[in-house]
Amino acid sequence: MKYKSVFDIIGPVMIGPSSSHTAGAARLGRAARTLFGQEPTWAEIYLYGSFAKTYKGHGTDVAIVGGLLGYSTDDKRISNALEIAEKNGLNIRFHEDEASTEHPNTARIKIGNEKSELELVGISIGGGKVEITELNGFELHLSGNHPAILALHNDRFGAIASVTHILAKYQINIGRMEVARKDVGEEAMMVMEVDQNVDDSILRELERADHILQIAKIVD
Amino acid sequence: MVTIFRNVAELINITDKRNTSISEVMIQQEMDISEKSREKVIEQMENNLSVMEKAVEDGLKGVKSRSGLTGGDAVLLQKYMKEQNPLSGHLLLDAVSKAVATNEVNAAMGTICATPTAGSAGCVPGALFAVKEKINPTREQMVRFLFTAGAFGYVVANNASISGAAGGCQAEVGSAAAMASAAVVEIVGGTPQQSAEAFAITLKNMLGLVCDPVAGLVEVPCVKRNAAGASNAIVSADMALAGITSRIPCDEVIGAMFRIGRTMPTTLKETAEGGLAATPTGRALTSKIYGIHVEKE
Repeated sequence: MKYKSVFDIIGPVMIGPSSSHTAGAARLGRAARTLFGQEPTWAEIYLYGSFAKTYKGHGTDVAIVGGLLGYSTDDKRISNALEIAEKNGLNIRFHEDEASTEHPNTARIKIGNEKSELELVGISIGGGKVEITELNGFELHLSGNHPAILALHNDRFGAIASVTHILAKYQINIGRMEVARKDVGEEAMMVMEVDQNVDDSILRELERADHILQIAKIVD
Repeated sequence: MVTIFRNVAELINITDKRNTSISEVMIQQEMDISEKSREKVIEQMENNLSVMEKAVEDGLKGVKSRSGLTGGDAVLLQKYMKEQNPLSGHLLLDAVSKAVATNEVNAAMGTICATPTAGSAGCVPGALFAVKEKINPTREQMVRFLFTAGAFGYVVANNASISGAAGGCQAEVGSAAAMASAAVVEIVGGTPQQSAEAFAITLKNMLGLVCDPVAGLVEVPCVKRNAAGASNAIVSADMALAGITSRIPCDEVIGAMFRIGRTMPTTLKETAEGGLAATPTGRALTSKIYGIHVEKE
């Protein structure tokens, strides 16, 4: 079931005009910002399909940038996000991409600063609901229905155990998990949807675990 | 063990077994899934109700979108209802004006509650606040109206689509109108089965509706489609309450909507490339709107 809660249907409370092209877009931007975990100084945003054709009318561009600034779907500052971003020194470029994608409302968001960067592909599936389908080149299926922990790690035996061992210690249950790797022995990504929010102290402990390179979380 | 309904037949079945209403089944499922108390779940829905109420209020005072394409029609309707004797009757036009009010606020980038989407946000509150004037329901009944509408929307979203880009306007305003219709039946005392009939009748009358927004804006024809959706909801609810049934069962109508959406050409699914968007006037408006946009840059 893609839609789990009645509030996916009656909701979200949001700034108009489009749940998929405005609210969903803001959520994708915010997910990128949350996962990046730092202040971005630049953003390259690629829009596909219906997003590319109608983004100006729907304020998709404004909404993604609002999300990158950390705004939620009902934040009135969204309508001035482009101006605020410019004032904050966030340099943004939009690209209308002709490539065909599986879902008509697809965006690829690359953000970064002088230290690091992040690339996220997300789809807006209707009614403000989004899914993250790719992160830094790893394919995934993150629904945003639950808080999630993302762990970038080396593809070694014991990497998964080192993470799940810590979660078990704090009695955190994993509802869904997926692992993807770029190649044997290369960088890999673990995605775990959990039933409750995870304290930052636990995230820091996870980051020190064997074979783990980086930890990020998405809050419901 | 959490019982989850996957389609309308299962939903109606649960209401029969538990001898309860659709809204109650939805509330209990939400409590189970979110692990929240009844109070919390009700409170969240009541917040959404308040947002809808405020949007209708704002729209009836008169708003204007940035493009200038929409705004002010809700005011015209209310004035007409007061000063003249509307052909379609007070309740129906009241529903239409409140649906229009909501979508005019949405187009003006105001705050709304998506039901199930922003582009179709007028149908459910339009029908609710018009029926409210007639039957004077409690706050709890109004909150339950939204849970009933949500229960049907939940089935559509999981079995078909509520996205114009994926399924056309039938998936948005069609779903919203049908959700409203089912909820109207419950709030005036109809049975769960009558809600399902009303839903099916409404959606059948919305099948094939394309998503062809002029300039890609959620304005033309979206605002007036919500007007049609709200009135369709009320009329279909009356039909179901009169004892009329849909020859095609509710779940099969939802299935038909999904398949029609899949075969609908992309130009008619929220790309602003076909239908009304591609008419001479639609194109002229587009270049006028973005002409201004380019100058600003």
